[in-house]
Amino acid sequence: MVILEIILVFAMLVGAITAGIFKDLLNAVIAAGFVSFIAAILFYFLHAPDVAMAEASIGAALTTAIFIIAIKKTKRFEEDEEDN
Amino acid sequence: MRKIISFILIVIIAIGVFFSLQEIPFGETKSKVREYYLDNGIKQTGATNIVTSVVVGYRGFDTLGEVTVLFLATIGLSAIFYREKERKIKKRRKSSLILYTGCKFLFPLILLFGAYIFIHGHLTPGGGFQGGAIIASGFLLTMLGCWRWEGFNRNRFKITESISGLVFVVVGLLGLLYGGYFLSNYLPKGIPNELFSAGIIPIIYVVIGFKVGSEIAGIINDMVRSG
Repeated sequence: MVILEIILVFAMLVGAITAGIFKDLLNAVIAAGFVSFIAAILFYFLHAPDVAMAEASIGAALTTAIFIIAIKKTKRFEEDEEDN
Repeated sequence: MRKIISFILIVIIAIGVFFSLQEIPFGETKSKVREYYLDNGIKQTGATNIVTSVVVGYRGFDTLGEVTVLFLATIGLSAIFYREKERKIKKRRKSSLILYTGCKFLFPLILLFGAYIFIHGHLTPGGGFQGGAIIASGFLLTMLGCWRWEGFNRNRFKITESISGLVFVVVGLLGLLYGGYFLSNYLPKGIPNELFSAGIIPIIYVVIGFKVGSEIAGIINDMVRSG
């Protein structure tokens, strides 16, 4: 069980870092949803089913949906040059 | 130069956080309040789920504040998205038969599951917030997949939300009348582990479920409708 938890934590780390790296907003939103989903599983393993339920329904489902609707309603544009 | 200054500041903050966190013994319990809840929670509030007895019983007033924060967020969002004249929403292509049928089939089941979670909030894990979020995701499904592409009438969400908020406050004020303080548990506690037990806790959780569900569904509805 501990090994599974370690794998999940590393997957969460990878998801969080990729959410920051991705240029495309849609990919970043999906990565953030992935992070919340794994957080929900970890909360369940840590004997907090209440929090797991809230995280899965709000963090993974509704927040992702709200972000995707917001991205769809706004214009998407990408620039080649990096701006600091 | 700016980068160096900000780096030094971050190092100072890190050192400060490290030394202040070193004082806290992790894994040890210094406070007695946790044991008090575990020992007396079921007896005093009648809820078998200790988390519920804390959230609605001991910390009921904080929950009212949380719900108010969500309410303010909804008000702000609908103020941003409000339009005097409704913009014509483009006719969307109808979804395929499989998607339509599956979505129509799943929608009542999702509502039932959310209602189950907030009605049994004092017995099993979960409660008003979780059940409300699940109900809102059911409404989201109808807006994405089946017959409500253009969203619902926003007044219905507002009315549901206002009525449930009002019921919360009225139940709390009745507690002031009968029990002596706001949100006191004045109804009979009943036998633990039964559906009709724990006094006012199930009533408040059902009300919170309706309120959170209509608030989050209202936020999504406002976003979908704002052309």
